[in-house]
Amino acid sequence: MSGTDKNVPAEQTPGTPGAPGNPGAPSIPGATGTPGATGAAGKPTAPSAQGNADKPGKPEKESSASQVVREIMSGSAMISVLAVVVALVIGGILIAITDTRVTTAFGYFFGDPMATLKAIWASISEAYGALWRGATYDPGARTWQGRLGIFETLTFATPLILSGLSVTLAFRVGLFNIGAKGQIILGATFAGVVGFMIELPPGIHLLAVMVAGAIGGALWGGIAGFLKAKTGAHEVIVTIMLNYIAVSLVLYLLKNQLRDPSSSNPISPRMHETAMFPLLLGPNYRLHAGLIVAILAVIVVSWLLNRSTLGFEYRAIGANPRAARTAGMLVSRGYITVMLISGALAGLAGVTQLAGTEKILDADIAGSIGFDAITVALLGRSKPWGTFFAAILFGAFKAGGTSMAINANVSIDIVAVVQSLIVLFIAAPPLIRSIFRIKEARSEGVSA
Amino acid sequence: MAAPNVRCTSRDQYPRRWAKTLKLELRGITKSFGTLVANDHIDLVVESGQIHSLLGENGAGKSTLMNVLYGLYSPSSGQILVDDVPVNFSGPADAMAAGIGMVHQHFMLVPVFTVAENVALGAESTSFGGVLNLAETRRKIREISTQFGFDVDPDALVEDLPVGIQQRVEIIKALVRNSKILILDEPTAVLTPQETDELMDIMGQLKAGGTSIVFISHKLREVKAISDTITVIRRGKVVGSASPDASTTELAELMVGRAVNLTLNKADATPGAETFKINNLTVMNDAGQRLLDDVTLSVSQGEILGIAGVQGNGQTELTEAVLGLHKHVLGSITLDGKELVGKSVRQVLDSGVGFVPEDRQDDGLVGELSIAENLILDLYKSAPYSRAGTLNRAAIAKNAINKVAEFDVRAQSSQDAADTLSGGNQQKVVLARELSRPLKLFIASQPTRGVDVGSIEFLHKRIVAERDAGTPVVIVSTELDEVLELADRIAVLFAGRLMGIVPGKSSRALLGLMMAGLPVAEAQEQMKSQSESGTTEEGAQP
Amino acid sequence: MSIITKSETPKVADAVAVRSWKLPILLGVLAVFAVVVFVVLGPSGTATFRISQDTDAWQVPNLVVPAKAVGVLVSIICVALAYLAWRQTRDAGKIAKWVVMTFAVVFVVGMMVWIIGGTTTQNITLVGLFSGAMLITTPILFGSMSGVLSERAGVVNIAIEGQLLAGAFTAALVASITGNAYVGLFAAAVAGVLVSVLLALFSIKYVVNQIIVGVVLNVLVSGLTGFLFEKIMKTKVDGLTIYNQPAHLPNISIPLLSEIPIIGPTLFRQSIIGYFMLILVVALWFGLFRTRWGLRVRAVGEHPKAADTVGINVNRTRVLNVLAGGAVAGIGGAYFTLVAVSSFSKDMTGGLGFIALAALIFGRWNPIGAALAALLFGVAGNLQSILSLAGTPIDGQFLAMLPYALTILAVSGFVGRALAPAADGEPYIKE
Repeated sequence: MSGTDKNVPAEQTPGTPGAPGNPGAPSIPGATGTPGATGAAGKPTAPSAQGNADKPGKPEKESSASQVVREIMSGSAMISVLAVVVALVIGGILIAITDTRVTTAFGYFFGDPMATLKAIWASISEAYGALWRGATYDPGARTWQGRLGIFETLTFATPLILSGLSVTLAFRVGLFNIGAKGQIILGATFAGVVGFMIELPPGIHLLAVMVAGAIGGALWGGIAGFLKAKTGAHEVIVTIMLNYIAVSLVLYLLKNQLRDPSSSNPISPRMHETAMFPLLLGPNYRLHAGLIVAILAVIVVSWLLNRSTLGFEYRAIGANPRAARTAGMLVSRGYITVMLISGALAGLAGVTQLAGTEKILDADIAGSIGFDAITVALLGRSKPWGTFFAAILFGAFKAGGTSMAINANVSIDIVAVVQSLIVLFIAAPPLIRSIFRIKEARSEGVSA
Repeated sequence: MAAPNVRCTSRDQYPRRWAKTLKLELRGITKSFGTLVANDHIDLVVESGQIHSLLGENGAGKSTLMNVLYGLYSPSSGQILVDDVPVNFSGPADAMAAGIGMVHQHFMLVPVFTVAENVALGAESTSFGGVLNLAETRRKIREISTQFGFDVDPDALVEDLPVGIQQRVEIIKALVRNSKILILDEPTAVLTPQETDELMDIMGQLKAGGTSIVFISHKLREVKAISDTITVIRRGKVVGSASPDASTTELAELMVGRAVNLTLNKADATPGAETFKINNLTVMNDAGQRLLDDVTLSVSQGEILGIAGVQGNGQTELTEAVLGLHKHVLGSITLDGKELVGKSVRQVLDSGVGFVPEDRQDDGLVGELSIAENLILDLYKSAPYSRAGTLNRAAIAKNAINKVAEFDVRAQSSQDAADTLSGGNQQKVVLARELSRPLKLFIASQPTRGVDVGSIEFLHKRIVAERDAGTPVVIVSTELDEVLELADRIAVLFAGRLMGIVPGKSSRALLGLMMAGLPVAEAQEQMKSQSESGTTEEGAQP
Repeated sequence: MSIITKSETPKVADAVAVRSWKLPILLGVLAVFAVVVFVVLGPSGTATFRISQDTDAWQVPNLVVPAKAVGVLVSIICVALAYLAWRQTRDAGKIAKWVVMTFAVVFVVGMMVWIIGGTTTQNITLVGLFSGAMLITTPILFGSMSGVLSERAGVVNIAIEGQLLAGAFTAALVASITGNAYVGLFAAAVAGVLVSVLLALFSIKYVVNQIIVGVVLNVLVSGLTGFLFEKIMKTKVDGLTIYNQPAHLPNISIPLLSEIPIIGPTLFRQSIIGYFMLILVVALWFGLFRTRWGLRVRAVGEHPKAADTVGINVNRTRVLNVLAGGAVAGIGGAYFTLVAVSSFSKDMTGGLGFIALAALIFGRWNPIGAALAALLFGVAGNLQSILSLAGTPIDGQFLAMLPYALTILAVSGFVGRALAPAADGEPYIKE
């Protein structure tokens, strides 16, 4: 105990063996020349074991949204694929047991079990066959439009990409944006005001429509962000409530100021031609230039999140707002700006709906896109490109679902069932693992 | 070092109804979380009616062991015996039924419930149909309060009570359930030295009444003062047992595993200009209560000011106010003559303040981000780490490699998430980041909480090195030992008010009185009268 | 080295105290609104509130009030109270409860007089208003009780909408098949429980984020009922949709009580579901705050670890409460198809599950509070449909927004602080 205890140099020279330029190798602690220094310089993993030993409950304290993001992002692609498979199987079972051919054949199951199996096969293959052809390519269709369903898929995917990005971006800052629906409605309403009430030269008009839509969505999203930042109001509750307020608001406007005088229904006049997205493949297909806007948005959001300083702030705030604040980031500004951007993206989704496919504003302009956006973001694991592919998949479900309803007489509602099951399974990897008896490859930290 | 005034009533004086005592034995208890072994074949015997101390560093596995004993965790292997009968606890209910009670380090009280509701919870008296009958519980609380001299109102809301009283509610909870073995997990961490003495008094009474006590602590003095037997745990293993007469040095060596130099060798401070000044600083919460009340102090270049006090007496508010994290601040804080009050955190950091927050996991690090990203958490906007709003990944990676080497951060890769690191290494990351800018003021709050001894020495040396480089340094710690070791001057806070500033080599007793709320003049007065009447608890060696 | 000593007694508090100005601002805005709308834009003439129906045993005369005069009176009181609130905030930092309560009541009265005075007929039947409101209030109330049960135990329940819809569908299907409405009611409760099973499985066992599970379950139930509706209920046998013609629950009048003006027809001429609702609210309130069960449930929702350390099985408590909530919401769903209308239609709950969530929050997770909120929202909803026929100064859409806007104000702290149970939404993970 003489006080020559200098086993850890205060000024560690960069020349310590194995340390610089080789982060893979754990650096070796300084000299351990003191007598009795038995276990002090143990294996590099040992201190880690100790630091956490007394507080294994730590993950509980994490904010719920960030925990979700972590779970979503740490799952493997395998889980996603299997989740889709299981969801489709369950959907298939539903289709089969509600098919009268199957139930009839089951009546004489013990006489002719094969008949039941055949009926089941026929029922499911017919439905999913129609789904697949409707979403991709149908050689049997009479018209070219019907044949190339893939373009219909992309048309449906366009607003899903944009609104999915909206949810994804907010997610990464630790906010659940359940309000895509309201933001889409407001975006479409603003876009509509510019699109059918004002006359502008081509090009500029569309640009103005897009800007107006983005502002409308940003405004609606910004309310939730502002209240979250300034009063701590939970964004989930606020955005849900704003969705319904948006519906009432647009209904009011459609009955009064925005109403098409020639119609008795609460719908707006048609958008001016100059305010609409040009069709990409001519008049036979609905696919419009909104898709290009959506793809650009994916690129921008991807850069924003991963490469920009703003995205760095967002990720830090999302994972640990208190530490972000201590490091000098303005958390409340982060909440407000991200909800503005997120709302703008959803607003643009509204623009693509109105100026791309619908052309007339009604109260149901958002359809189910608002909630689909959440499922898309979850399936896309809160990553911009993941969201893009998830949106394409769900777009395919929508395009194929329509064809399935017509050609196989299976209600399009089955698509909602499959979609929600996919998300449930993806969110619960242990369930999928237990279904397929997959062992967890590697445990991820302390997560339970 | 004399023992504090524990009133040791002889057991024989107590009525026989308390005589039923329990003996507790743990055999080969192992508990692992994944690959990490928190407890490794631990054997422990707590004789009935004894105070058995479990001594070990932070993270040695003491709390895990007690959670196993209390049925909160199920052991990976091993056996628990109560009065030589093997028991198997599937939950705390079983442990309680076996007569084991526990006062947790973080109190297990529902803040919005009353004392009576908290005590009743899980062991409710009910009348017909499960309707609560709290009258019975209130009666028991009063009975126990009278017996031990507690002043606890059964109808007070727990969230309104000071921590000392909350701890008594926890003890009442255990006693109401007829616990014969009481586990106290780091009970003194939240108490002043005087409150600690009171607690030890209570422990003495309980022991006299036949209750066996397991006392968990990493504070050598307390353990020596109260224990019948001491078991030392290190890295999840029992490394030895000792009697209370063992010397502090012996116990410390056993606990840490090698000879430890309990005092840091640092040169005397050579204070320069007083560049950091706090004048009449008051900090309020949203309800308008003063968390910090009219505090004035200053720190010179090349000097460490230690801020002592029991947790929750305004230290957090003081450091957070400097950093600009508080909304309601009155008074002034100046650094090099520039006012910091009213500035944003960003501006404060940019004016040359380095800050190590007291809770690194909550405030210091973003666990999900990589070590490299955490090392630039407050520098990401400046060159070379970003340009025109775009991050420069190469520069970030290069910085990480340098800092990991310089601060001896033991990690597989600097791209790993920060929460994969141990406590000590996490703290090194925070320190590395905060010391990587040219500083005009360095504030470190609880710089070594939950850190292993090897890292503590390293961290302390870096802090002293920063002082020697001429930076004013403020260290906030609730560990009096740490303050005494590092500080050139010591300021003591109590209930948000400054009790005074004393030299770094002041006596523990004096500081204890100040931490209990005596202004320095009165504390010195009392010290003097005590030494005159010859009842000094502890030598006041300057 | 200098030693600075502080005197023992703290100085008198500086003038700057910390206080919230949200509520006085809100009251001020509303007071201005009252002056502008009730007085300046107020209708002339009278507003008539008809209290008794011709069939009632006791006849109470109609209440006829001069609209303009009431508007002036209400405005004066509102302005005075807003000023008082501002004074109290400035001097004491907080506002007396009675000020806010009185303001709310007076403002609502002013609002009603203004609306009714502005309609073409200038009268309203209060019995119609309230008993019609029960059509909306009942499912909202059941939904919010489902929310109380699960959120008090710490599980966020966004799936109320799905639970209601599942109950509505199942009640219709089973009551059609069996021809017995009571069997349908029981089946609806089971359907609600099944939705809860999924909520509990994913949010408690698999620790999936509770908000996500709730959102997704709503989509799942909507899709599933929609699919089965198309496949089964639309199937015609002999030209009849036999799977969507549920038997109805009869109304039961309670002698004497049903004759009380307004309250009688509203509360005591109901189906069994209505009476169950009344019992449920009281029972839940008593259960939560006066029994052992309630103490444990609240402890689990506030501080699960503390509950665990005294031997309460946290996750079992949560699962049971979520399941009970499912049964309650399922019964609320049955109200749609067994009482309110005569058949199931796609997505017929129309967002009432989310209004139930709003009622839960606005009622501060308290059964009585949630019930009163449900009543308020029901009256607003019914007023909207009555007014759409009568031509009014206010568009019905703004009444439709009311529950949602009030909830936003509540969670933003404008109307007191709506604090959820501390551990609401936090999964409890044991090693």
